[in-house]
Amino acid sequence: MAESVLKLKINGFVRRVAVSDQETLLEVLRYTLGLTGSKQGCDKGDCGACTVLVDGEPVLACLSLAKRNADKEILTIEGLSGPEGPHAVQDAFDNAGAMQCGFCQPGMILSAAALLERDPEPDDEAIRHALSGNLCRCTGYTRIFTAVRQAAGIEADRKGVDPRPAPAPPVDPKLP
Amino acid sequence: MSDKKKRDQGGADIVKGKASPIHGVDLPGGDVIGRPLRKADGLDKATGLALYTDDIQFPDMLHAKILRSPLPHARIKSIDYSEALAMDGVVDVMVGSELPIPYCVIPWTRDETALCTDKVRFIGDGVAAVAAVDEATAIEACKRIKVDYEALKPILTIEAAKQPPEDEAIHVGNRRGNQHKYVDLSFGDLDAGFRHSTSIAHDDYYFHGTTHAPIEPHCAIGKPEPGGQLCIISATQVPHYLQRELARVLGMAQQNIRVIQPALGGAFGGKSEPFDLEFVVAHLARKTGRPVKCLYTREEVFYSHRGRHPMAMNFKVGLDDEGKIQAVRSKIDLDGGAYSSFGLVTTYYAGQLLTGPYDFASYGFTSTRYYTNKPCCGPKRGHGSVQPRFAFECALDEAAAGLGLDPMTVRERNTMPRVATTVNGMRVQSNGFLACLQAARKASGWDEKWGKLPRGRGIGVAGSMYISGTNYPVYPNEMPQSGVTVQLDRSGRALVLCGASDIGQGSDSMFTYIVAEELGIEPGHVRIVSSDTDLTPVDLGAYSSRITFMAGNACIDACRRLRKLLLEAAATALGQSAKRLRLAGGYAVAVDDTAVSLPMQEVFRLAEAENGTLSASGWYNTPLLGGEYRGGTIGSSPAYSFTCHVAEVDIDLETGELRVPKVWVAHDCGRALNPVIVEGQMEGSTYMGAAELMMEDQDFYPADHAAPGLHLGPSLLDYPIPTSSEVPEFEALIIESLDPEGPYGAKEAGEGPLHSTIPAIANAIHDAVGIRLKTLPITAAKIWRALQETH
Ligand code: FES
Ligand code: FES
Repeated sequence: MAESVLKLKINGFVRRVAVSDQETLLEVLRYTLGLTGSKQGCDKGDCGACTVLVDGEPVLACLSLAKRNADKEILTIEGLSGPEGPHAVQDAFDNAGAMQCGFCQPGMILSAAALLERDPEPDDEAIRHALSGNLCRCTGYTRIFTAVRQAAGIEADRKGVDPRPAPAPPVDPKLP
Repeated sequence: MSDKKKRDQGGADIVKGKASPIHGVDLPGGDVIGRPLRKADGLDKATGLALYTDDIQFPDMLHAKILRSPLPHARIKSIDYSEALAMDGVVDVMVGSELPIPYCVIPWTRDETALCTDKVRFIGDGVAAVAAVDEATAIEACKRIKVDYEALKPILTIEAAKQPPEDEAIHVGNRRGNQHKYVDLSFGDLDAGFRHSTSIAHDDYYFHGTTHAPIEPHCAIGKPEPGGQLCIISATQVPHYLQRELARVLGMAQQNIRVIQPALGGAFGGKSEPFDLEFVVAHLARKTGRPVKCLYTREEVFYSHRGRHPMAMNFKVGLDDEGKIQAVRSKIDLDGGAYSSFGLVTTYYAGQLLTGPYDFASYGFTSTRYYTNKPCCGPKRGHGSVQPRFAFECALDEAAAGLGLDPMTVRERNTMPRVATTVNGMRVQSNGFLACLQAARKASGWDEKWGKLPRGRGIGVAGSMYISGTNYPVYPNEMPQSGVTVQLDRSGRALVLCGASDIGQGSDSMFTYIVAEELGIEPGHVRIVSSDTDLTPVDLGAYSSRITFMAGNACIDACRRLRKLLLEAAATALGQSAKRLRLAGGYAVAVDDTAVSLPMQEVFRLAEAENGTLSASGWYNTPLLGGEYRGGTIGSSPAYSFTCHVAEVDIDLETGELRVPKVWVAHDCGRALNPVIVEGQMEGSTYMGAAELMMEDQDFYPADHAAPGLHLGPSLLDYPIPTSSEVPEFEALIIESLDPEGPYGAKEAGEGPLHSTIPAIANAIHDAVGIRLKTLPITAAKIWRALQETH
């Protein structure tokens, strides 16, 4: 089994990994690099759970040999959010209640982010089409469509309340 | 039943039971409850940080693969795994005889072993398993295991299963050949009922097999721990039942087994019992002393199945002159597949859950489950009742047509009272079905559409009801069905511990909302630890739509104990009476003077200083329910949800192609603790139902094929589930009937809203083109053929 050391540019950083010829990008991401945000739902190109962005385009990582990706820019769900917090699409998915089990979401969110990159104001048909390679078994997609429209600013936020810890209430220093 | 008998049937844990406190709607809620908040785990999932089972790795971990039978029915004569074991990288091999104790989630029907011991019963039955340094080596090693089979004649249909077995029964020694379970119940005077009927619909219907197809495949890790203990991490929706069956089969004490369910990527009933991989990783971890992981391929997920039973159904529905239902009689045969699974319950549910939302005085059903040499069927979302609901609602439309009645009107006329006892003894205390019908009628524009759309377009309606948890756990015991511990720490945070499984339906979020509502803290200050048998009080698991009702009540119970202490502490500090204080938005505040307030963190500290470390456990048990007859408790639930679907269809008269542009779903969930999550459940259920009618088909090659019993297409391409371009538009209409025993009045929303999707679409097809299709799935080819025949 031929092996080689590969330079992959993942989420902005160059990583050197030893890969065998038949290893897929998904295997390298998940099991070699520990980037487990990319999911495996079928391992044969049917579900889209493994979607990552390669040079900005959605790619099924389970069908892409790792070595084919040398020198390309790979973006996984871990790289979508930054120090400033979640990406607008991630935040919209959370706000719109677009996830149930969440297993399809990393792939779905990356497909949606790629769509909004090329078409900042997609119509419903474009949204349906762009996500049609990402299966979701939980939601019926309704709220996913809403989330994409919210992220694009086409549909108003439903004013969800953020459950992340609010600033701590003031504490009386006299308390034990 | 005597305690001795209960114990013999598998219930070892008998203690004195205690009636559960019921909080119901005495506090309406409203600061947090009922608001469209974000989910507790939403951002974790959206950012890819949530860990699912296959995301977890341990040092020195081995990978297991299961060798599966290529034959649907055969005796195992010998297994030679010496070559596999000798391979470089293979650490161990196991075969069925190492774990011969049979198991089943239902303790009365234990007919399955971790791996087959003497015979295989479907293509895909596990025969041996390998633990190796990596998955590729394990797969290669499986190929080198030599199994000598003696093929037996496969039994692949209900009809074949009814005949005396040619070679031998699938389960040798079963008294009734290949018949697994027979139920025959009848209530009221059926003969008189049909005598008083002027319009009787009587037909055969067939519901095909469908499967759950969660996007996350099953995965489990076994990990040996010091002192001979084992930790099993698994994508399961029933950690507690898994822990019990693992202990039995492995011959270990229950307290030496810990089951953890991490984030779960969808289940829908497909992960609600023990699976072979869990026993395999546990046993191989024990044998090798190393962590062992096993991940199913997508193909294995299709073969492990436990999905919807195919059912052949004969339904007879009689209406009197006024369109009132006088009698309903059904005969149902279930194609169970190779093992029992929840089949005993399914056989009852196929009849027991049909006695609402309509009121009728005579009802009978005969329900028979058969073993066949196919993957085992079990509980899929809407367990047991989705199939007969399809038949019943179609027959109801047919009978109404005999009287020239609008399908909406006949349903309104027959709606049972808000508070009722059904003909088979089910207690109903809240019922918003009529409101569901009215909401769907209005939203869909029914009155302008039914019978009035151009040929090819049509609209249809159907109704249903479903349980919110079952009265009895699968093993008899009188302990709580759900326990919750809430711990408060002086930082101002609350910690909730509960065995309940969040499978995507949002149970962790539900706890967050309840604690925030009850204790007045921010939802962000609630931390949830769930589904870990070492750390959390028992909850029986995510099945039968039980968690919101049961764990929700248990959580309120725990919170109310703490709330009392918090109010007392705040009252003392603020010099107010506790009655005049509210806990909300992070503060204890006087109801009539918001300037008088104390941050909850201070209240926690004062209460801790006064009472010691703050923690409380709450619990829920159902009251005694059910009819006074054998099987009368099966299907009895503390509360029932109600649903009505209206669907519009558009059929291409040339090709038969079916489009479903829109479905309205009105669902009485009692109280929507979070309307966004409830709507998500309603939409997801409706989506799944529509897919079952239109495209899904879990089917196998017949006996005369070269590969009998082989799955027609075990992939997400060949077993199509709708993509974002194919999905209908859904409109969810929440109806709140406030159940007197539900948490803040809540009932279930996760399964009920699937049922009536299917007959609503079937009835709409009838409205569109005047044909009644009684065999699912309804494909373009079937519609086209029927259109040709009617010309
Ligand atoms: S895992 Fe790649 S498409 Fe399913
Ligand atoms: S949220 Fe579960 S598969 Fe999409």
